[in-house]
Amino acid sequence: MSIGSASLSNIGRSDGVLNADALRADARRQALGLLALLSPGLFLVFAVIIVPIGWLFWLSLFDETGQLSLANYARFFEQASYIKTFATTFKVAFVVTGTCVLFGYPLAYMLAQLPRRAASVCLIFVILPFWTSVLVRTYAWLVILQRKGLINNWLIDLGLIGQPLPLANNFAGVVIGMTHIMLPFLVLPLYASMKTIDVDCLRAGMNLGASPAATFRQIFFPLSLPGLASGVVIVFVLCLGFFVTPALMGGGKVIMWAMRMEQATSLYSNWGAGAALGVVLLAVTLALLGLFQWLLGARATGVWSQR
Amino acid sequence: MSAENSLPITHWQRLWLYLLGGLVMLFLIAPSVIIVIMSFSGSTLLQFPPEQWSLRWYESYFGSVEWRDATIVSVKVAVMTAIVATPLGTAAAYAINAGTLRLTGAMNALLTASLIIPVILIGIGTFFLYARIGLNNTLTGLVIAHTVQALPLVVLTVLSGLRSYDMNQEMVARSLGAGRFAAFFQVTMPQLRFSIVSGALFAFITSFDEVVVSLFISGGETTTLTRRMFNALRDQIDPTIAAISTCLIVLSIVLLSAAQLFGRGR
Repeated sequence: MSIGSASLSNIGRSDGVLNADALRADARRQALGLLALLSPGLFLVFAVIIVPIGWLFWLSLFDETGQLSLANYARFFEQASYIKTFATTFKVAFVVTGTCVLFGYPLAYMLAQLPRRAASVCLIFVILPFWTSVLVRTYAWLVILQRKGLINNWLIDLGLIGQPLPLANNFAGVVIGMTHIMLPFLVLPLYASMKTIDVDCLRAGMNLGASPAATFRQIFFPLSLPGLASGVVIVFVLCLGFFVTPALMGGGKVIMWAMRMEQATSLYSNWGAGAALGVVLLAVTLALLGLFQWLLGARATGVWSQR
Repeated sequence: MSAENSLPITHWQRLWLYLLGGLVMLFLIAPSVIIVIMSFSGSTLLQFPPEQWSLRWYESYFGSVEWRDATIVSVKVAVMTAIVATPLGTAAAYAINAGTLRLTGAMNALLTASLIIPVILIGIGTFFLYARIGLNNTLTGLVIAHTVQALPLVVLTVLSGLRSYDMNQEMVARSLGAGRFAAFFQVTMPQLRFSIVSGALFAFITSFDEVVVSLFISGGETTTLTRRMFNALRDQIDPTIAAISTCLIVLSIVLLSAAQLFGRGR
């Protein structure tokens, strides 16, 4: 009897172990399957983005003679032209981000207040430019702003100015063109976050006697700040590394970070210098995004999933 | 006012807001409208509105071997990019959605990295890598580079589709004897098809409009349309580009409407 019960309990135990083993094996198979689904995409990103950037980082640590040195980075502090490039880049980024907030906040606010149907029609005005080639839009601004462009022609025909205004091929042109390209990146996350603000909060405020202006200032605006912050961060970060519009509309006078990288590698084949610029640009970008994520606990990159 | 936001504020009191918002909308849409109208101009001068109308810039676009070749290269690359990026992105989104893997968040971040890494750095890096493995100025190289750029959009689009899909349905199918693949292809995918098609359209247009990376890695016989346009714009403002731009704008509208239609079918 005792032998029988002992063997029974033994069987029970070994069954349990077998079961746990089977479950673990199944979970492992499942995990491997999922990993197999992810691996082709991950491999491509790793091979085309991570490996070359790592390689460039390695290159940036050597000077022209092949000696390990920080010469490529020291140059940024020593040469006035680099300092000027950084200053220009940050200036453009600040001005463009500011203009985007100035233009984008009222638009997002209006979209959030409109009835659903009207809002979805108005959203087309944001989404269509968002999906139109940057090159097409830059060309359009060149046509509009250049010396013999639309605006100058109109103003001269109206007799408002005698000489064409310098609108393209300078700082103003870069800012106008880039504002147009960056605006949707601010409006879309801002609009999405404004839509989540509970109208009852505003209604309660007004019921308690707040004027519309006070309701906006004390309730709506603070609640919209996280959305505004994510738009601001993404626009600022994209501005820092932006290439096409400044290259075409800067007239060679507005040299931004990305243009400097292109010149260093294409024109002078100075991979170390270009790579060092890229490494610092990436570090600044990631630091800003990381700071944002740490402060607000949200990702700034949600804009791409909000079309 | 409509029921959904019935604050006691009249449309009249909001007039200033509508005015301001309307101006910003005008700022956003005007460049495209102006380019479309000017592309039908009959003169080489950039007048608006044009004094005479013609199709000469379209003739100059379609009549030029160089522009035509560049367009063909861009279409080929964009189609292949959509074909490669869509299954890869869908598979990745499925695995991320399951969420059971360790480091799922990190893998998601890696897959979508090309959205935040400065494109110029990706361009230079890809050029540098391709120079060593002989992929510069090849269609394959372009497709690989554009796939990496398009992947995040496919992943995000399909992920948003998966969020509103109940994975238990696939479990039910499997408990009824369907294999893993049969369950996915017969139960899950038909319900995700709208997101997947949208993702494919976004992949196509991402590739077709891509400038910076193509600037570095395309050339010679594989010069893309955007690279040729960029170089043409650096020299002088050729009205032919207005005709090409109009075609690109129309393409964007068509693809976006298609994506929108598919999105509504969900």
